[in-house]
Amino acid sequence: MLRACLRGANATARNNCRRNPLTSVQHCRHYTAGETSGATKVVAAGLLTVSSGIGGTILYAKWDHKFRAAVEKNVPYSDLLFSLALGPSSQEEASVEATHIISAIGEVPSVPAPCDTEAAVAFCVYMFALEECKECHDHKDTPVTRPVEEVAARLAQQDQEEQDILASVSASLEESLASSAKTTLQAIGAQEAALQAITQHTHKLKEAMEAEVPPQEKSAQWKDLEAALANRTCAMNDASTALLKANETLGSLKSVIDKSKGLNIAAVHPLVLAAEENLHNMIVDLDKVVTKVQSAESEAKIVSQYSELVNEAKQQFQREVSSLTPEIQANWKGLTGKLSADDLNALIAHAHRRIDQLNRELAEQRVREQIHIDAALEQQKLEDQKALEKAVNTTLQHVKEEARLEQERKLGELREVMEAEMRTQLRRQAAAHTDHVQDVLKVQEHELRAEAEQVLSSKMLEQETRYRQLNQEQLDNFTLDMNTAYARLKGMEEAIDSHVVAEEEARKAHQLWLSVEALNYTLKTTDSDLPTIPLKSAAEAVRDSCHDNDFALALASALPEESLHRGVYSEASLRARFNSLRSLARRVALIDESHNSLYQYFLSYLQAALLFEDEQKAPPTQLSREDLDPFKLLSYASYCLEHGDLELAAKLVNQLRGETRRVVEDWLTEARLTLETRQVVSLLSAYANAVGLGTTQAP
Amino acid sequence: MAEEHGRKWDRCLADTAVKTVTGLGVGIVFSVLLFKRRTWPVAFGSGLGVGMGYTNCQNDFRLPYLIHGRMVKDQ
Repeated sequence: MLRACLRGANATARNNCRRNPLTSVQHCRHYTAGETSGATKVVAAGLLTVSSGIGGTILYAKWDHKFRAAVEKNVPYSDLLFSLALGPSSQEEASVEATHIISAIGEVPSVPAPCDTEAAVAFCVYMFALEECKECHDHKDTPVTRPVEEVAARLAQQDQEEQDILASVSASLEESLASSAKTTLQAIGAQEAALQAITQHTHKLKEAMEAEVPPQEKSAQWKDLEAALANRTCAMNDASTALLKANETLGSLKSVIDKSKGLNIAAVHPLVLAAEENLHNMIVDLDKVVTKVQSAESEAKIVSQYSELVNEAKQQFQREVSSLTPEIQANWKGLTGKLSADDLNALIAHAHRRIDQLNRELAEQRVREQIHIDAALEQQKLEDQKALEKAVNTTLQHVKEEARLEQERKLGELREVMEAEMRTQLRRQAAAHTDHVQDVLKVQEHELRAEAEQVLSSKMLEQETRYRQLNQEQLDNFTLDMNTAYARLKGMEEAIDSHVVAEEEARKAHQLWLSVEALNYTLKTTDSDLPTIPLKSAAEAVRDSCHDNDFALALASALPEESLHRGVYSEASLRARFNSLRSLARRVALIDESHNSLYQYFLSYLQAALLFEDEQKAPPTQLSREDLDPFKLLSYASYCLEHGDLELAAKLVNQLRGETRRVVEDWLTEARLTLETRQVVSLLSAYANAVGLGTTQAP
Repeated sequence: MAEEHGRKWDRCLADTAVKTVTGLGVGIVFSVLLFKRRTWPVAFGSGLGVGMGYTNCQNDFRLPYLIHGRMVKDQ
């Protein structure tokens, strides 16, 4: 049912939602609800995809830094995202580390290899000229200016140090050697004494046991023996203490030797070697003496054991004898006369019994002898073996020590030999170096001399040239002064001459000007309607006053003939004439070459009567076609004449054509003449003025 | 030039007058003598006179504008 509803709703919604979405909101809601599920699905899927993509990118970027860098480079704002999610890029740290490492590696080669041994340093110094010790070169780069001195100083310092060390070491060695020698000797002495004491003691013991001496001497002997024993024990103690002390000192000597060996200085080696040898000898002696003492001790032990046995037997015998004959005293040998027969019999019986016993024991002993001897031999063998081993060990040690000492000695010798060789080589090379240096110095001397001489000669040359230059300058200056003075004199003379010339010129100019003024004046001498007087004389005067001036001459000769002979009319007269001419000109305005019948005349008269134009009209700056009308031209011309511009009036009148032109031709000619004359005269006067101005002296 | 214009007019008028009068006279004569006192010879004569005077006058005024050409024979 719901489905049917939905289907119907969908159908209607599809129809209605397009047209009236407001009315079918429910349907639309269904529609949208139905569609919403699909839309949400799509939206959700899209969101999921996007978020998974971003999450995956972030995770991968966390793992792979290059990817992260690439993404950051290509996608904007991704670096923000990454920094939010993962923190700042650790690439920087790695790169920082790498830079640290690289910088550290870069720093390493800059540290020079140290030349630690002084031999190598000396080598460098002596090989400096031969350029063999390059690392030393690099090492000594900074003190390259004075390598020899510094190195020598360092060498000296090192030598000094060595000497000090050597002295101290030798002192210590000697001290320890002396002390150890003393103690060793003491120990040896003590041991010898002990040995002596032991031997004495044993001898005494043997004597005491074997010798048959009277009891007083016996007690004396026993006392001696005891004394000897005490002596022996004392001597043994002394010997043991001395031995301990000797061992101690030997130990200290050894430590000192080892320490001085640890210093590792060549010169100390022989001392050390000697000390070691001494030590070894002392040890050997000590050991020998100790072995001697030990053997003596063992012998003494045997003897003492024997003596003890004997004593014990004696005592037992004594006890037996005393047990038998208690009243008899210990020293029975002296009592032979005092004993009774019974005692003697008892004694003899005891003695016989004892002899029997002893014989039995002897037989037993003989039987056990072999076993005992074997056992004793075995024991002795063992002991001998032990002693042998010990002796072998000690001798081995001694031999090893000796071999080592020998080796060291040989090494020392070899070293000395090598050093001597090296010294000879170095000496040779030093000699070679000195030779080379000498040669170089000679060459340098030569060069420097040559240079100095060159410099000297150049300086001399310079000085000479300067001197000559100065001389020349002086001469030049003097010449210059003379020339200037002469020139000034000349100038003054010229000035004076020119003054004269100028005066002349001025006078001439003045004259010209006067004549031109006269000419100008003649132009003004005119009555109305009558021309001026002829300008001939004035022109003549002008010509006279400028007979050397082409320009003025040309101008003067440019005056028109008419003006010279007849004179010219004034402007006023011309003006008057024009005014009278004007009416006639107006009357014949229409007459020209083609129109000149009497009818035209009639028409022209009619026009003149009927046409009215301005009396005077200002002419335009440019004439156009309309302005070429005779009436206009005449009015322009009148205006110009009234305003004193004869030239423009003449120009305008010149534009007239036909009969009008014929009528005003005369006037035009006169006007031209006047204008010409006036122009020439004005030119002349301008020229005269100019010349006059030019010749006048400025104040 | 202006005087010439005036002179020309004077001459022209005078000439015309003279010619007119002369023509009139000749006309009158001819009219009286030959043509039974008709007026037409008088008019004709005066007309002739005026015409001649007019033409003379016109020619006089045209004189400056006349171009006299000459025949140049190829020889």
